[in-house]
Amino acid sequence: MGKRSGFALKNREKGLWVMKHIAIGILGAATLGLVASAASAGTLDTVKAKGFIQCGVSTGLAGFSAPDDKGDWQGIDADFCRAVAAAVFGDGTKVKFTPLSAKERFTALQSGEVDILSRNTTWTINRDTALGLNFIGVTYYDGQGFMINAKKLPGVNSALQLSGAAVCVQSGTTTELNLADYFKANKMEYNPVVFEKLEEVNAAYDAGRCDVYTTDQSGLYGIRLTLGSPADHVVLPEIISKEPLGPAVRQGDDQWYHIVKWTYFALLDAEELGITKANVDEMKNSASPEIKRVLGQEADTKIGTDLGVSNDWVVNIVKAVGNYGEMFERNVGSGSPLKIARGINALWTKGGLQYGAPIR
Amino acid sequence: MASQEVLREEPSRGSFINDPKVRGIFFQALVVVVLVAGVWWIAHNVIANLTRLHIASGFGFLKGRAGFDISESAIAYSSDSTYGRAILVGFLNTVIVAIVGIITATIIGFIVGIGRLSQNWLIRKICTVYVEVFRNIPPLLVIFFWYSGVLAVLPAPRDSINLPFGSFLNQRGFYFPRAVWGDGSWLIFVALLVGIAMAWFVARKARQRQMATGQQFPVFWTSAALIVGLPLLAYALSGFPLTFDYPKQSTFNLTGGFQVRPEFLSLYLALSCYTAAFIAEIVRAGIRGVSKGQTEAAGALGLRPGSILRLVVVPQAMRIVIPPLTSQYLNLTKNSSLAIAIGYPDLTATAGTVLNQTGQAVEGVVIMMVIYLAISLLTSLVMNWFNAKMALVER
Repeated sequence: MGKRSGFALKNREKGLWVMKHIAIGILGAATLGLVASAASAGTLDTVKAKGFIQCGVSTGLAGFSAPDDKGDWQGIDADFCRAVAAAVFGDGTKVKFTPLSAKERFTALQSGEVDILSRNTTWTINRDTALGLNFIGVTYYDGQGFMINAKKLPGVNSALQLSGAAVCVQSGTTTELNLADYFKANKMEYNPVVFEKLEEVNAAYDAGRCDVYTTDQSGLYGIRLTLGSPADHVVLPEIISKEPLGPAVRQGDDQWYHIVKWTYFALLDAEELGITKANVDEMKNSASPEIKRVLGQEADTKIGTDLGVSNDWVVNIVKAVGNYGEMFERNVGSGSPLKIARGINALWTKGGLQYGAPIR
Repeated sequence: MASQEVLREEPSRGSFINDPKVRGIFFQALVVVVLVAGVWWIAHNVIANLTRLHIASGFGFLKGRAGFDISESAIAYSSDSTYGRAILVGFLNTVIVAIVGIITATIIGFIVGIGRLSQNWLIRKICTVYVEVFRNIPPLLVIFFWYSGVLAVLPAPRDSINLPFGSFLNQRGFYFPRAVWGDGSWLIFVALLVGIAMAWFVARKARQRQMATGQQFPVFWTSAALIVGLPLLAYALSGFPLTFDYPKQSTFNLTGGFQVRPEFLSLYLALSCYTAAFIAEIVRAGIRGVSKGQTEAAGALGLRPGSILRLVVVPQAMRIVIPPLTSQYLNLTKNSSLAIAIGYPDLTATAGTVLNQTGQAVEGVVIMMVIYLAISLLTSLVMNWFNAKMALVER
């Protein structure tokens, strides 16, 4: 008797075990199925349904995207997301920010965790094709530079003197690749000190773990402000690469791509037409047919609705963040501690590269 | 319900449905089918979604040019090497830090574990404090402690601390002279191997003699003389071929010599200290697990305290110690992936960079998982073999 009942008990346990595992399997499969179906809806509909835009930004780069003392994200990249929110919702505050490291950023966009990646990201062909992203334009033309501590290294005034130096760099960036190419091309040795997060690179450079800091030149100016004694550090004159920085969206959603792309053009066109945060309401009654058209004041206009937003979308954008020039000066230009000149980021009419396609 | 039917005392032999054996096979087959279908479905879903999002897939990217440099590499690597080789470099770095970490953690762990059972109050308390401190701090903080708290406050390369034998210590790491082997130095290595082989042979003979006659032989000193003496003799015979490359001051850093970077040092020290605390507790438990009667019996036979520990207590304690020790070794290996916080180029860091530069997240993560799984299974295999060897052989 004892033997048989033991056998039966064992079988019952086995039966329960099997059932439990089948149940878990079905549950898991069902959850995955839900996830898969949710990702395939259009981004505009998803964004409208949740009521805000999820914007991927950096973990803190002054002038581009960094939280201020109240915890609000400031910078060109953060303001760009506000501009898109203004176009979609008529309200620039309907944005939530996700800080992402250089390594996390593409996966976050690919997987749908963020709707826009606006995070001082360089536009390259590999990212546009193999990574499944679509860059919408260039919000800041940048180039990679080097920064050293002039107090500790008084004799160094060119990047070509850096042979043998320890160089701090963030992993998973184009910067890391340009660095390797530059030292190889100039037959110089170096010692890479690589970190995943910007703060870790900053801390290591400040502590003297490396002699040189390399990243986009605008970034170097921003980082210099956060160091222990900013005056000791100089940015070397060489620019070793082209770094067109711009926002990116996922491939395969043309409507969302157009909304983000034309938000960018609207910011540039507003500057070109002299529409500012202060005068946007007056400008609505302007005599110029072009300004009226851009601001959606033309009779029976369908420009905004064809795009998938309201017809006064440009008015909303400019009210929220101003035009491109205002956004630039406020965050990285004369109105900011960075004091970076417009340079090649000026409008094409003023000798720069920024050129907005016409809104008509 | 099926489970109720199985409960019946007398399963009817006539019907297939009621045969517990058939039912068992049926349910097992069902689980296999569900499992295979589930895996297939997930894989299919991933591939379909990647195609839909226009993301490249497959492992072809491993043959592409990496384009980035890695600070520490056990094998030849440059930015012209492939992504596959970059991952291999990371894998070797993980293996190196895991092996030296395991050795150091075991040594510290055994010393502290035995120290906790010491008769000496001070030693006992110091060991207790060590265990309580390191066991109760997350390993990441221990790594930061070594990296930012200890190594980062060292002086800059210009003001390096001079150590004996031409070594230097500064915030860029620990520099010591590198041995440069000249012509004929192969003789030294041959002599070393011969010395080790002879020492092993002597130990074997001595044990046999002791078993047979009870007479002891000074095995330790003979072995030491063989292992150290023979290579020294070969060194003199081959005309002193060994020279040293000393670290020297240059514009930015010290050049020449051998550099141990602070990233490696802090990871290695942190993992060793952290894991040693757990090993110490395992060792203490193992020793306490050996019945007191064993010690008393050995004492009654006239063995000295040192010999009691070495010959009677530790061999029995090892049987208790080895299985949990395996888990600690696995933990140490897996914790080495925390290297990413301080920029040591281990497997997670380099595979992560590759993942980011190519954008092939699924493949990158699969490669990392497979490699960690392989390392862990291999460690378990070795430790299981060791455990079987040490296990009590019942006659």
